[in-house]
Amino acid sequence: MTSPASVPANVPASPLPMSAVAADENGSPITPVNVPRTGAPANPTAAVLASRFGVAVLRTEVIWGETTVFVTREALHDIVRFLHDEPSERYDYLVDVTAVEYRDGDRPLEVVWHLRALGHRRFLRLKVELPKRGALWVPSVIDIYSGADWLERECYDMFGIRFEGHPDLRRLLMWEQYKEGHPLRKDFPLRGRFSRSEQLKQALAADPEARYSMEELNIAEAFHSLPADMKQRLAERAAHGELEEGE
Amino acid sequence: MSARRTIEVALGTSGLDAQGLPLRAPLVAQGGGAVALEALPVTAEPELEADHMLINIGPQHPATHGVLRLVLELDGETVVRCIPHIGYLHCGFEKIGEYRQYNQIIPWTDREDYLNSPGNNVAFALGAERLFGVGMTERTKVLRVILMELSRIISHLVWLGTTSVDIGAFTPFLWLYQERENVYNLLEGWVGARLTTTATRVGGMAADLPDGWLDGLRAFLKGFPKTLEESVRMLETNAIWAGRTVGLGAMSAQEAVNAGLSGPMLRASGVAYDVRKDFPYLDYETYDFDVPVGTAGDVYDRFLVRVEEMRQSVRILEQAIRRLPDGPINIDDPRLILPPKHKATSEMESMIHHFKLVMEGPRPPAGECYVAVESPKGEKGYYFVSDGTSKPVRWRIRPPSFVNLSAIPKMVEGHLLSDVIAINASIDIVMGEIDR
Repeated sequence: MTSPASVPANVPASPLPMSAVAADENGSPITPVNVPRTGAPANPTAAVLASRFGVAVLRTEVIWGETTVFVTREALHDIVRFLHDEPSERYDYLVDVTAVEYRDGDRPLEVVWHLRALGHRRFLRLKVELPKRGALWVPSVIDIYSGADWLERECYDMFGIRFEGHPDLRRLLMWEQYKEGHPLRKDFPLRGRFSRSEQLKQALAADPEARYSMEELNIAEAFHSLPADMKQRLAERAAHGELEEGE
Repeated sequence: MSARRTIEVALGTSGLDAQGLPLRAPLVAQGGGAVALEALPVTAEPELEADHMLINIGPQHPATHGVLRLVLELDGETVVRCIPHIGYLHCGFEKIGEYRQYNQIIPWTDREDYLNSPGNNVAFALGAERLFGVGMTERTKVLRVILMELSRIISHLVWLGTTSVDIGAFTPFLWLYQERENVYNLLEGWVGARLTTTATRVGGMAADLPDGWLDGLRAFLKGFPKTLEESVRMLETNAIWAGRTVGLGAMSAQEAVNAGLSGPMLRASGVAYDVRKDFPYLDYETYDFDVPVGTAGDVYDRFLVRVEEMRQSVRILEQAIRRLPDGPINIDDPRLILPPKHKATSEMESMIHHFKLVMEGPRPPAGECYVAVESPKGEKGYYFVSDGTSKPVRWRIRPPSFVNLSAIPKMVEGHLLSDVIAINASIDIVMGEIDR
């Protein structure tokens, strides 16, 4: 008895379709129960990678039922591209990009990529080990997954690992002028590098005007109409760039 | 270019000063009468068509749902570019987690996605239990499902209420918050806290249900659908609501997957990825529920998906009540579970055991695991790395609304400034989780 005239024309008429979640060829997945710490079967993708990329795949570990493939950083981009494009793999979903630094100072830093193949219902972890004495960089995968943008920026911000090829590798959670280093590194103290009173002093002295980036000011052509002291400050910041690693 | 204008000024306009002269002296000639005024020079209208405008929204803006700051480049009223800034609420949760025992981290999970605290508690406990290599009792499994679904409902209620306020409907906000209050009363009766529940422990729960709690849940499940349908009826075919949501911020299925969207954002684009179905935990594969998917991927579809998810959560809760078994809530594992208090105060062994567990903390074997759950915002994952000590080497939160928000430039570009508010609201962001 509802009058159709009261419904705007642009409202979709049909209710939402209910999904039939794509069935796996191995049958329906179940909640993992009592997964052994080691010795669970590895994700078949690991063997595919090992046969295709040879020495670039360093080793494979299975822990708590999750497969980790260690690869070299030079081959990482090709491997991710292969995993994304290959029809039998189709790792189309980038879950996370992060890094791990161990308490043991001699262990290398690890950069971790978590990938999912939504169609095949597979989960894979890729790792690249970065010795701490060497240059901390890995290739960016933003050209393969657009969702890598902020994840890589956050990882750079927190660990100081450069993602080569990222078009806009700025700090994300910390502010752009932040000079204390990278907070999730183990040599960064829990309370920050400065005392509470020093942090408060710096926060109060900060100029909220300087929160626009040069890029944004260029959009509005607003740089020339700024006060002289702010212009100078921004120009200095652009010249200095970011804090270099190890400083 | 300037012009002379003569303005008639009425006498006795705004009171008199001590000399009896009108206060608006400059406008009035001595003795009254008309005065000729020099009008301000009229300059030519600035040529604005070519110039883009920079506009800043936030971080202190009620419609950004927290301390989000968006810098927008506008061409007229159309957004050409959007540059988001986050981090205003950054607290270093992950860093703090590296200095805490596993059970001590659970209160921090309340505070990241604070609309979904019980769900975060469950997710954390699942992850830590995988790392310790222990399971959970059957009763705890069902209790955790109840927590997950209740927290999905309250999170979606806040989303629907605040989004309707953003778009201009105030009434559903009040109705829905009333229902949310009922859930918080239930949670308070169970764990003693409303917002920061800390409801789980590694290997069990903080507390078992008090007597009669399930009756309260049944009463809620009876009344809630009515309120929900009433609110939805006000919005679903509302011309203003539809006009402000249909076609906005659309993401195609491929774009959404590539951008890493998850949860209702992804499903509105037509991708039926739900962690509960695809990578099930807590025996979700044995519950009977549907996963709604949208077709257009716009704000309106995200609204429909979230509403349908609340209905499905009600279904899951009804099944969970029916199957809730009796039994213990904590596993029988002295490495993780404290001895009962009366034993700790009367038996020497239990006291030592209690002391060591509290002071040193349980130690998982060295290893790592990534455990994801379907939070109201999407795939929430916890990634643990342990080196065998009682504190994690790395506790990483995979925040769903962080990844969802990172796609906002793509969603708002080309839309009007006023639509940015609606699109931003549709992402369902919680800055506590994004900045952590």
